[in-house]
Amino acid sequence: MIKRKLDIIVIGGGAAGLAAAIAAKESGVNSVLVLERNPELGGILPQCIHTGFGLHYFKENLTGPEYISRFISRVHDLEIEYKVETMVLELSPRREVWAVNQHDGLLNLKADAIVLAMGCRERSRGALCIPGTRPAGIFTAGTAQRLMDIEGFLPGRKVLILGSGDVGLIMARRFAMEGAEVMGVVEVAPYPGGLDRNLQCLRDFGIPLYLRHAATFIHGSDRVEAVTISRLDESGKPIAGEEKTIECDTLILSVGLIPENELSKGAGIQLDPNTGGPVVDENMETSIEGVFACGNVVHVHDLVDHVTQSGEVAGKNAAKKVLGELPPLERRIHLRPEGNIRYVVPQIISGERPLTLFSRVKKPASNAKIIVGEKISIHKRIVKPPELVTIKLTSELLKKLNPEKKELTVTMEE
Amino acid sequence: MKTTVLIIGGGIAGTAIARELSKYDVDVTLVEKEKDIAFGGPTKANTAIIHAGYDDKPGTTAAKLCRRGNAKWGRLSSELSIPFRRIGSLVIAFNDDEISVLYELMKRGEANGVQDLRIIMGRELFEMEPNLNRKAAAGLYAPSAGVTSPYEAAIALAENARMNGVSFLLETEATGIIIKNGKVKAVQTNRGTIHTRYIINAAGLFADEVSAMAGIEEFKITPRKGEYVIYDKNLRSLVNHILFPIPSPISKGITVTPTVDGNLIAGPTAHDIEDKRDASTTFEGIEEVLRGACKLVPCLSARRDAIISSFSGLRPQPSTGDFIIKSYEEPYGFINVSGIKSPGLTSAPAIAEMVVEILRAEGLRLEMKSDFKPYRRPIEHPFRDFNPAKAEALIDQDRSYGHVVCRCEHVSEGEILEAIRRGATTLDGVKYRTRAGMGRCQGGFCTPHIIKILARELGIPVEDVTKKGGDSKVLLYRAKHLLIGDEKE
Ligand SMILES: Cc1cc2nc3c(=O)[nH]c(=O)nc-3n(C[C@H](O)[C@H](O)[C@H](O)COP(=O)(O)OP(=O)(O)OC[C@H]3O[C@@H](n4cnc5c(N)ncnc54)[C@H](O)[C@@H]3O)c2cc1C
Ligand SMILES: Cc1cc2nc3c(=O)[nH]c(=O)nc-3n(C[C@H](O)[C@H](O)[C@H](O)COP(=O)(O)OP(=O)(O)OC[C@H]3O[C@@H](n4cnc5c(N)ncnc54)[C@H](O)[C@@H]3O)c2cc1C
Repeated sequence: MIKRKLDIIVIGGGAAGLAAAIAAKESGVNSVLVLERNPELGGILPQCIHTGFGLHYFKENLTGPEYISRFISRVHDLEIEYKVETMVLELSPRREVWAVNQHDGLLNLKADAIVLAMGCRERSRGALCIPGTRPAGIFTAGTAQRLMDIEGFLPGRKVLILGSGDVGLIMARRFAMEGAEVMGVVEVAPYPGGLDRNLQCLRDFGIPLYLRHAATFIHGSDRVEAVTISRLDESGKPIAGEEKTIECDTLILSVGLIPENELSKGAGIQLDPNTGGPVVDENMETSIEGVFACGNVVHVHDLVDHVTQSGEVAGKNAAKKVLGELPPLERRIHLRPEGNIRYVVPQIISGERPLTLFSRVKKPASNAKIIVGEKISIHKRIVKPPELVTIKLTSELLKKLNPEKKELTVTMEE
Repeated sequence: MKTTVLIIGGGIAGTAIARELSKYDVDVTLVEKEKDIAFGGPTKANTAIIHAGYDDKPGTTAAKLCRRGNAKWGRLSSELSIPFRRIGSLVIAFNDDEISVLYELMKRGEANGVQDLRIIMGRELFEMEPNLNRKAAAGLYAPSAGVTSPYEAAIALAENARMNGVSFLLETEATGIIIKNGKVKAVQTNRGTIHTRYIINAAGLFADEVSAMAGIEEFKITPRKGEYVIYDKNLRSLVNHILFPIPSPISKGITVTPTVDGNLIAGPTAHDIEDKRDASTTFEGIEEVLRGACKLVPCLSARRDAIISSFSGLRPQPSTGDFIIKSYEEPYGFINVSGIKSPGLTSAPAIAEMVVEILRAEGLRLEMKSDFKPYRRPIEHPFRDFNPAKAEALIDQDRSYGHVVCRCEHVSEGEILEAIRRGATTLDGVKYRTRAGMGRCQGGFCTPHIIKILARELGIPVEDVTKKGGDSKVLLYRAKHLLIGDEKE
């Protein structure tokens, strides 16, 4: 068994973890170790071969592999140590980590600071309880993407996609480009779940989009043979007589991402039920001192640029912690989402330094005002659930905060 | 081919009989139509409860064998390393009428020979089950009830039987029975004829059809569907015992129970259907399960997000209402082990002993083997209840234990290789032996990896790996196949 003490351990080698490791190393910390369970660094990005990455961060339109390779090169340049095919099994509240790989065997590690960057996992068919049989041929979108773009397999030739989020839309185009017949994209909401630019994927290939529809039965004993979809009423219930059975051999599920926080739960880190991720303060520190978090493990992002930025904040502050340069926050003001605001990250701010809050809304709205506390009001022309809402709190705005308050609501007026 | 005893069906009944017979010096063969043990029916999809034995009417075969079977599970599970925990069950009553049913059940249980039954009221009930509905009035406590893993049990029984000389023929379906002069002679299968002196019909849902092949048409099997949902392991501490509502005339009702693996399961419904192959779940069924579950444990109503899977199983419900375990004057040599409805899992070890007695009575000489090996080594799961010392020792012996393939259940490549060595040839076969793919992501991540391992170890193309045999192929084509085509089309 290998026992080691490090300055910083980063769990997860995706966009968030690599940005954190780089920022920590650049801040002057010596021993930084990245642990990644995949065979390669990069997280989800090596399989995202479409463009649309880096428009904000690099002001360039890159593919996923192009975007992440810049960070991987930096990891090599800075000689940051990393271990791939290494699964972190357990994290203790005392910042001890158990991990395992084939080469080293068991690793029992301890660090002064830990950065959680485990990303998220995909919701499965089971979580949706879609009625029907249990045949082969049902995949989550991320798995199908990995199969096609990394492993070199095409799961099937007649495909129905559930979920019109970005991943679902991109996969619809990906299957069409492989010559598969995409029978449609099915969405329960009355509006598509993805960014506008990704809807083009359907238009380009004439793929039907069924809004306000749900899959209500899976047919086929050995392999998927067809899927019945039903129109939904206002309350989300299937309308009898409004079903349609679509023949297909493959069903792709793109029905939501869940921050991967089993390790965090095991360590007893406080989670926010609205995000599914750890509660973090403006330093990206969690409820356990010295444990930081960034990227999709905190909340599901739509743009990698923001993931990278959160990784940089977490990495820098983890480094400061190790170097003894991170004083406790002057004040801890808890932000509480209300009304149309589903969540706000970070959940805890000091009110002393300008920062950007990330938020998601429950329903689309236009000409809305986001109200933080009583006095801060920020105008937003259009907000919709698929797109993260950024709330910039400048020094100017922060002056309006009541310094006595321990809790502020974040809400929306239309 | 020739054998002395031919068992038709590799469910829990067939495998328990095979293992019991493997203690004796006799030639035994088991045929199973599916690709693996326990793939064919209720044995892979049930509530996994080892019932205490107060449900069945005194005097029935089911009542007798259930209690006897329950008593045997302790030893059986330790000999064969089958996961089993006696966590006890509680039947919950919500009003005075229901409390009187508890007393009836207690009386029935005592008549069946079940000891230690106790009615629990008030504070003690909520100390035992802090999340139980506060409106609950009383509970019938049966400490001897337990939970197991039914497919692992069938697989373990089969492995041990094979170790002791029983032959297993998979993907072999009995299609006809040859009878001469009032005696069974042979069984016809899709792979040829097997000559035999005795036939044991343990064909589960299809036992009436197999029985008809022998000319015995005295009963019918109706599939009675039961649907379930499974919750994430995060909820494991919500419930401590097997919780039942008051039974209905046709079923023990929708239970909420911890599984032996630490998940929570809710179900089953009970609806008679027509098609013995229709193990689909339904919208209404799942809603009914959730209503039933929330009545017992109301906080589950807010935890739909923690459901990781739903499935259904079909009880082989006999028209006679009781297990049919018997021999016939004609055709001599044919033995029915049919209509093994619930509590068939519980009863299986006792069913097996009863079959041995019947065979003896029918004139088969059964002598104990001197070299019977009662023990089966389990597949080691070093990360399941993470034990660093054990994990390290295993990895030192075999590095593949250091490669975690299933992230949710922490299953290593070493465990998967061991499952393949023991006979797994499909994704489900690996899953039932190791739990790879049974966690919260339901195989989303590990499926492609396991497919590659299976292909490599079995020496077959990746595209030929199936989920559960038959046409259940998972990866249909190589990338670009539809664009450039190839000779495989
Ligand atoms: C299909 C798809 C399309 C997208 N399209 C765009 C786009 O066009 N433009 C854009 O800007 N963004 C896009 N995104 C979003 C963006 O790519 C992601 O939000 C971002 O990559 C997330 O980075 P992360 O590091 O938080 O998570 P991940 O990339 O998921 O990385 C987390 C890593 O942690 C590892 N890990 C987890 N648990 C453990 C453990 N216990 N032990 C060891 N390692 C562990 C995982 O293996 C993984 O590699 C897209 C995302 C997807 C899925
Ligand atoms: C919803 C539900 C809940 C239950 N809950 C419990 C419980 O909690 N506790 C309990 O004790 N019991 C329970 N049971 C009952 C228990 O699961 C069954 O009694 C038991 O699994 C029956 O086993 P079996 O071996 O008789 O049948 P099966 O499991 O059906 O096995 C029969 C096998 O025979 C094979 N076969 C069929 N025809 C042929 C042929 N012609 N040739 C070759 N092979 C053939 C099939 O493929 C199958 O594998 C439950 C059942 C259900 C459905």
